Formats: sequence, structure tokens, C-alpha cells
Amino acid sequence: MTQVTDAPARSRAQIAAKTLRKDQWWRQPAVNATFLGIAVIYLTWASLVNNHYYAAPLISPLYSPCLATTCTAHAGFSWIPWVAGLTPAILIIWGPMGFRFTCYYYRKAYYRAFWQSPGACAVREPHAKYTGETRFPLILQNAHRYFFYVAIIFNLILTADAVFAFRNAGGGWGHMSLGTIVLIVNAGLLWLYSLSCHACRHVTGGRLKHFSKHPLRYKAWTFVSRLNAQHMQLAWISLGFVCFTDLYIRLVSAGVFHNPQFF
Amino acid sequence: MGNKVKLRVWRGDAGKGDLVDYEVESNEGEVVLDVLHRLQATQAGDLAVRWNCKAGKCGSCSMEINGRPRLGCMTRMSLFEPDETITVTPMRTFPVIRDLVTDVSFNFEKARQIPSFTPDPSIGLGEFRMQQVDVQRSQEFRKCIECFLCQNVCHVIRDHEENMPAYAGPRFLMRIAELEMHPADTADRREIAQDDFGLGMCNITKCCTEVCPENIHITDNALIPLKERVVSRKYDPLVWLGDKITRRVHQDTQKVPGKSSGHGAARSDSRAKPGRGRHQR
Ligand code: SF4
Ligand code: SF4
Ligand code: FES
Ligand code: FES
Repeated sequence: MTQVTDAPARSRAQIAAKTLRKDQWWRQPAVNATFLGIAVIYLTWASLVNNHYYAAPLISPLYSPCLATTCTAHAGFSWIPWVAGLTPAILIIWGPMGFRFTCYYYRKAYYRAFWQSPGACAVREPHAKYTGETRFPLILQNAHRYFFYVAIIFNLILTADAVFAFRNAGGGWGHMSLGTIVLIVNAGLLWLYSLSCHACRHVTGGRLKHFSKHPLRYKAWTFVSRLNAQHMQLAWISLGFVCFTDLYIRLVSAGVFHNPQFF
Repeated sequence: MGNKVKLRVWRGDAGKGDLVDYEVESNEGEVVLDVLHRLQATQAGDLAVRWNCKAGKCGSCSMEINGRPRLGCMTRMSLFEPDETITVTPMRTFPVIRDLVTDVSFNFEKARQIPSFTPDPSIGLGEFRMQQVDVQRSQEFRKCIECFLCQNVCHVIRDHEENMPAYAGPRFLMRIAELEMHPADTADRREIAQDDFGLGMCNITKCCTEVCPENIHITDNALIPLKERVVSRKYDPLVWLGDKITRRVHQDTQKVPGKSSGHGAARSDSRAKPGRGRHQR
């Protein structure tokens, strides 16, 4: 006689623990949250205080280009009428900020560190519902490509700032100080960070189906891909160095520290 | 012989079960799967564990060891302290059949839904020539052994079972990326990648990449490039404007559930006309 049994219920193994991981999985998100937190607090403070961002010929990357009429004398362009006391940084800071906020690496870092989505792999997240990046506001992350283009413009401006740093305080060319090196390194790191961007990788060649038909773009893509593998490292180093550059100029401008002049 | 190790193994079926403690002999150079086999041979003859190649190539022995998704045959016992209790559980995302064996048919269903390779019919058999540089990218994805550890770890479905119908998971989004990068493929799966296979739910937190035993850079090389392609199809206003001006009509493929050879039927009434539009890039 054939014996008929019900098919087993299709259900998952019921394991109540949020995770069975025994390693210190909470460390990496905690470290990232700390450093991201410090950077965000410092950068917010530094762009809101509205002082000590210019020590001729050095300008802080947070305030460059300085477009408002209220900018420190000789620091910028005085194009946009502006309320005294309100920081001119907000005219421009959305560019680099939006670029980093929508960056694929930072997304990973803050989704994990701040939103616990997930805090670490194979650790249950605390949210009842999840829609990822399919709805407003997170669907706006798809604008990253545009922030990449904006970031390129900022990189050009900050590179020009580094070139202008080959002057002395009086505007004479052919001089160099420690501050010049700081601005050059800062611009260089920002270029490396931006060029290693995933959107950059897509537009240089990633979008193609036939690399063999576009040898030059294939070369560019290969180069960007190599940088792209270091994108996380470049994201952190360039972020840290932007903070350092601002702090350096801030201290020089406040007279705490004298910018050593080489020649 | 070797020393005794402490194992804690999930035993049960149909979802109900418990962690059971065992002490099992282990020799130098062994992997977790060896010790499970000894447990099966000496103490728990009815322990269900799936395996096949013992060489990290068949993808059968996926399980969770101390809470981490791993291949049993590639996890060396030397990784653990001698007196450590090693917890072994089935993959959490899939329904359990018995003990460490799960029903992974979810993955086969998703695989079947993806519109398959669609070459240009005007190019005859054996006529298409492609260069190594054109296929290099997707060759990385071909290393996949279908262990489904990435599918298991992905929080989109692991922590939210209700997302399973709408989400294909990293393994199959990678399959779409592979086809989209294929030089001889003419179908356009970008829209369905987002709308039918749930690419937008991936938040690129990289757990799939972290657990892949083949070290495939799933997130960086497949998911993010696919997201960028979807941006061009659905969210980039400049591309949209360009399409309007040049009157380009997109021939998006349709998801064909349950049909193993969904040869990229177009969303509109007309069939996709391969070899037109973006495919000549
Ligand atoms: S990167 Fe995306 S697909 Fe991979 S595990 Fe994370 S959410 Fe899932
Ligand atoms: S991509 Fe990696 S983790 Fe996912 S199924 Fe393939 S081999 Fe396994
Ligand atoms: S800047 Fe990080 S991905 Fe674009
Ligand atoms: S038994 Fe084949 S991968 Fe482990």
C-alpha cells in the first residue's frame, strides 16, 4: 500500500538569535560611525563658523570658490549678494557633500554604521520593513552621476587654488610654502578619489558592450578600474585630508601657527 | 587519533528544531565537513548534510559556521580554538528540509525568470567573432559555483522574507549584468532588472562579496555597474532628453516567469528588433 504523507512545511530553521557570529562584528561599524561622525561634525562646524578660512594665498577647500559678497577680502569673487554673518560655504558645499553622500562606498559605510541595514553580514537588522533604494528619498542616490560631474568642476577649482598657492601673501608669483604642499596634496587626493568613482568607471567605458571597438576608452576604463579597487581607501584618506587642510589654513589664519615659507 | 572538538549542530526539520551538542574526534588538516561526516558515522547516523565534491567547486555544502555563511568543505578546523564550540546551522534564508539541508529552489526559479541570451538572428551560427577584452569582464562572473551563500547572506531577503518574490538576489542580478555586458547579446534587461528583479533594493552593503567563496567582486563589478546602467535607462534626464531628440525607442525585455527560454520578447507588441539602438555601441 502506498503511504501518503504531507509535504514538509516550507519554512526556515527557527533560530531566535539575532546572529550566531562570535567574532567582533560590531567593531567595524562602530569604528566607521566614530570616524564618519567626527568628520561630519568637524566639517559642519568649520563650514558654519564663517571665519579663518583664508590666509593669503591659501583658501580652505570648504570655502572655495567663495562666491558671496561677504567673503574675506581677496578670498573669492564677490558675485552673489549675501547676508553678513551667514556662511558663504553653503553656496557651494552641497556639491562635494552630495558627491560623498551619494557615493557608493559611503552609502555602504553609513547604511551599515548608522542605519544598521545591515550592521554586519549575517546579523539581523532591526527594521521591520525594507525597501532599499527604491523609494524617495533614497531613490535620489541614482543622481550620483551628476554629483560626479559637479565634483570634477570642484577639483578643477581646487587645483587652481593649489597653483595660486605658488604666490606669497602679497600676490607675487614664484613662492612656495608648506601650505602650497598641503593644497597640492589635497587636490591630488580629491582627483584620485573622484577618478576612482563608480560613476566615472561607468562613463569612461563601463557602459560599453564592445571594448574592442573603443581601445582608448578601454584603456581609460582599465585605469579607472584599477583606481576603483582602492576607492574605499581613497574616500577615507581624501576626507581626512580635507579636514586637515581646512584645519591647517584655519590655524595659520588665526595666527596660532606660522606657515613655513620655503622661498 | 586526533583531539575531541565540541560541535553544536542544528537538528530538525520543517523549521522546527534545536541546537544539539556533540563531541567529535578531529584530526589535523581536517575541514568542518570532515568532522560532520565523522559525527554522522559515529553518533548521528541520521544527520542530513549535503555535499558532493569536497573541493569547493560544487557549491553543495553551504552552511553557517559560527554564524558565518561558509562552505563546509573549505572551512579548516585550524581556524578555531581547540576548546571552542563550533556552531553549525543551515542557511537561514531558505526553507530547511532537514538538519543542514535547505531547499534552494528559490534560486532556480529566479534563474528561470531571466530572459536568456539573445543573439542577433541575422548573424549566422558560428559567424560571430568576439575579442577576449569583450568577454573578460563577465568571465569573472562565470566562476560562480552556485553555492547561494550570497543569496543567503543578502539582508534584503534574509531579514525580510516578504521581499523574496520581488527580489532576484545578488547571484541573479549578476547574471543580468553578465548578459548586459555580453557583446553578442541584443536584449535590454535594464528596466526589468530594476522593476522585476529588485535591483533597487540592493543597498550595496557588500555582504554578498564578503561571503563569496570564489571571491567574485559581485558588488563592485556586477551590481554597481548594473545600477549605473539602470540609471542611464530610467533616471538620467540627459539620456532621456537624448532619446526624445533622436526618437530612440527602447526595446525592453519582458520577464517571462516559468519559461526557461524567454527570448527577450519586447514590452511593446512588436518583438525586439535585435541589432538596433544601443546594442551597436
Ligand atoms: S550588496 Fe546588495 S545584493 Fe549584495 S548582499 Fe548587499 S544588498 Fe544584497
Ligand atoms: S556568486 Fe559566489 S557566493 Fe554567490 S552563488 Fe556564486 S560562488 Fe556562491
Ligand atoms: S564617489 Fe564613491 S562611488 Fe562615486
Ligand atoms: S562539497 Fe562541493 S563545495 Fe563543498
